[in-house]
Amino acid sequence: MMLSDFPLFPEAASSVAKYVDGLYLALILLTGTVSLLIWAAIFYLAIKYRRRPDNELAQEQEPPAALEMTWIVVPTIIFLAIFVAGAWVYFRIQRVPTNALEVYATGRQWMWKFQHTTGQREINTLHVPVNRPVKITMASEDVIHSLWFPAFRVKNDVLPNRYRTLWFQATKTGRFHIFCAEYCGTLHSGMIGWVEVMEPTEYQKWLAGGSEGSLATQGEQLFQKLACATCHTNDATGRGPVLAGIVGKQVPLADGHSVIADDNYLRESILNPTAKVAAGFQPIMPAFQGQVSEEDLIRLIAFVKTMQPATNVAPPQQPRNP
Amino acid sequence: MTTTTIDDAPFIEPSATAPRNYLNDEYGVLSWLLTRDHKRIAVLYAISVTVFFMVGGIIAFMMRLELLTPEGDLFTSDTYNKLFTLHGIVMIFFFLIPAIPAVLGNFILPIMLGAKDLAFPKINLLSWYIYMIGGSFGIYVIITGGVDTGWTFYTPFSTQYSNTHVFAVTLGAFITGFSSILTGLNFLVTIHRMRAPGLTWFRLPLFVWSMYATSVVIMLATPVLAITLVLLMVERTLHVGIFDPALGGDPVLYQHMFWFYSHPAVYIMILPGMAVISECVAAFTRKKIFGYKFVAFSSLAIAFLGFLVWAHHLFVAGISIYSAMVFSFLSMIVAVPSAIKVFNWTATMYRASVSWQTPMLYVLGFIGLFTIGGVTGLFLAALGIDVHVHDSYFVVAHFHYIMVGGTIMAYLAGIHYWWPKITGRMYPEWWARLSALLVFVGFNLTFFPQFLVGYVGMPRRYHAYAPEFQVLNVLSTAGATILAAGYLLPMIYLFWSLKFGRKAGTNPWGAVGLEWATSSPPPKENFHETPVVTWEAYDYPAFLKAMRETQHG
Ligand code: HEC
Ligand code: HEM
Ligand SMILES: [Cu+2]
Ligand SMILES: [Cu+2]
Repeated sequence: MMLSDFPLFPEAASSVAKYVDGLYLALILLTGTVSLLIWAAIFYLAIKYRRRPDNELAQEQEPPAALEMTWIVVPTIIFLAIFVAGAWVYFRIQRVPTNALEVYATGRQWMWKFQHTTGQREINTLHVPVNRPVKITMASEDVIHSLWFPAFRVKNDVLPNRYRTLWFQATKTGRFHIFCAEYCGTLHSGMIGWVEVMEPTEYQKWLAGGSEGSLATQGEQLFQKLACATCHTNDATGRGPVLAGIVGKQVPLADGHSVIADDNYLRESILNPTAKVAAGFQPIMPAFQGQVSEEDLIRLIAFVKTMQPATNVAPPQQPRNP
Repeated sequence: MTTTTIDDAPFIEPSATAPRNYLNDEYGVLSWLLTRDHKRIAVLYAISVTVFFMVGGIIAFMMRLELLTPEGDLFTSDTYNKLFTLHGIVMIFFFLIPAIPAVLGNFILPIMLGAKDLAFPKINLLSWYIYMIGGSFGIYVIITGGVDTGWTFYTPFSTQYSNTHVFAVTLGAFITGFSSILTGLNFLVTIHRMRAPGLTWFRLPLFVWSMYATSVVIMLATPVLAITLVLLMVERTLHVGIFDPALGGDPVLYQHMFWFYSHPAVYIMILPGMAVISECVAAFTRKKIFGYKFVAFSSLAIAFLGFLVWAHHLFVAGISIYSAMVFSFLSMIVAVPSAIKVFNWTATMYRASVSWQTPMLYVLGFIGLFTIGGVTGLFLAALGIDVHVHDSYFVVAHFHYIMVGGTIMAYLAGIHYWWPKITGRMYPEWWARLSALLVFVGFNLTFFPQFLVGYVGMPRRYHAYAPEFQVLNVLSTAGATILAAGYLLPMIYLFWSLKFGRKAGTNPWGAVGLEWATSSPPPKENFHETPVVTWEAYDYPAFLKAMRETQHG
């Protein structure tokens, strides 16, 4: 019988699950043994030295004092070993592989919305291929939630003010629980869903099913509709910086610092542009906080990420280095 | 060792109860409500915390009934959310934090020091009134419709989204905090200034050391909670952006501030338990605690280190990988002093005279359950595991093992141990042993399955849950029923013993300590003449000799 068939143990369906379970079982073995030894000692001593007529007062004889040092030093070493093991597993959980498939998640009271780069949108269900790392970028529309995949042994809180990420690589096809782990109000226990892990071919078939164009195309439409394009032209003539190719680059700021243009920077630049003003520009961009939904924001960012520098102009003469 | 046996030690002969004691010194309701006697204030606290314990317990039982079935069929989701919120708030702020310090500490600490009262008797009474005012906010909220934020009041849910009585209940918790602060202050000054002649620091009972550490933590941490709750109330009513991102605030900042108090607060709850356990171990083994200084200093170490681990509650809340590493490391270190205590208590039983009376049964239960609570703390502090089990029932089981299996067991041990001193009567031993057994069995059946169901994947604070979690939940509810019986029994037989219990005499246990050198119940001024301490802590032969000398001139 495999452990994962045991009803008191969760199904292990991701690449990190074996490390988490291994550490968990090792700790059960270790601490279980120590606890049993302590109980055995307690009961042995309590029975052996129980009060009897010839034993009304203790025989004042101390156990050897070297014991004291032993049980300070030995537990400390063991605890630190547990720390190292825990950190080792944690690094595996945290390091996102570079080739991961990107998925976006939005939490709101009380549902999970997922968006795929190909444009599919789903609610409380997530389709992913097996044996391929999947990275989820997520934010909340209201309170704090927490996206938990027990079968993958990963979770991460979903915050209303910035993107957080989580990744897993499913190792088994099937349906597994999605839970919200952070209490978020009335239907917290109803903020649940299923992740469907599919064979790559099935997954391709599923992807081929209808969508309103890829995320980036949807973003491009919004980019036009919200008139971003009036300032952000693709040559250096607009009132705003050229956005093509900025993703992942250092952006110098007006206050002399610089930041890497990652998802969180793009998010902030759109919702609240005056928080970090790009060097060489006036803070004239309107704040879109409250104007674009989390999902539209994801679309816009997806578009910005795919923008190509115009080929017919000379390497852009960025005005941002005055 | 001389040939003295306990039987011919004069001090345990049940001396006639002193005609005047703190209970019959004055009569009338006002003589209680305006009393400045630390012993009477302790009794006032005992009654109040018991009421809150019953309220919190009934709510807990309602939750367990709902969780018998996977569907949310007994209460609505909103009601269920209010139940776990109120359960947490009542049990933590109005029961567990005050229980041991304000009841047992208030009664015993000054007597242990050979003092007539605490340093500031009026402030002591004031702290009870403050506690009652804070508590009545709690009761008011329960009656008028409840609150649904969880006891942790996480933002922005608590500030922007919840439309329940968040303001009133946080105000209640805020006010109650001041009662703890005053008690802590009173203890600190009393321990520093009012020790009997000869009672040097290293002659102090370990109870005093642990209370000292608790008081320091209370004084340093509670103001942070007060500030946090004020900011929360300000944001909720005036919409100033502090924690709410929509107003430019940072919700994770709230969690840092909350846990900067609340992690130390978990030690405010367990250190007093450890205080009681040290006394009971010494008394029921008739032996010096092994490694007295190590046990004493480990209390201080816990108090200090407890301030450095708060972010282990935030491992998945948005702290960086490197701060997670630091806090994981420190959390491992904070477990060391607790382990030291467990080993020392156990080693004390070596060549001891171990009695199996009720308080000792609770002690044995405490050591066993606290060990499980502590080692599962290590699981949670191990980052790779916490990512999975955070906010699951595993965490719920962990802290109940410590707070219920640890602190409440210790409280019951202490109540039984000092009951003869407080009331002058013995409780019925066999009933008490039965209840200790019920508590132990019921507790494990209630909470052990929660470790399993948490690892399998059941999130905490779920009104309805996936069907595969049901078996473990049914076990848990069954355990809660036994546990409830175990808690109800003492309420009945202790009450019964007030009138029908055997008279206790000065020192029914043959224990060492100044509280066992005065009559039961003690006179209003605790001692007829100021005692002089000539013995080391828990030194049985020396204490016996000293008692014989004072009694025979
Ligand atoms: C009124 C002109 C204007 C409009 C409309 C406008 N922007 Fe901007 N945007 C700017 C300016 C100017 C800056 C540089 C100053 C700053 O960082 O605030 C900027 C900066 C940015 C940046 C940061 C780029 C960097 O190099 O640091 C992003 C991303 C961005 N805008 C996206 C958008 C999107 C998406 C929209 C439409 C929803 C939009 N902008 C609409 C003027 C505009
Ligand atoms: C022995 C050392 C201990 C360690 C290493 C430890 C570790 C932890 C960790 C890492 C968490 C966070 C788990 C999570 O939310 O994911 C936690 C939660 C908790 N612990 Fe401990 N703990 C210890 C002792 C204690 C003690 C002594 C108490 C109480 C008296 C306590 C009470 C709590 C409470 C109340 C929570 C959860 C609070 C909540 O989220 O509502 N712990 N512990
Ligand atoms: Cu939730
Ligand atoms: Cu903590």
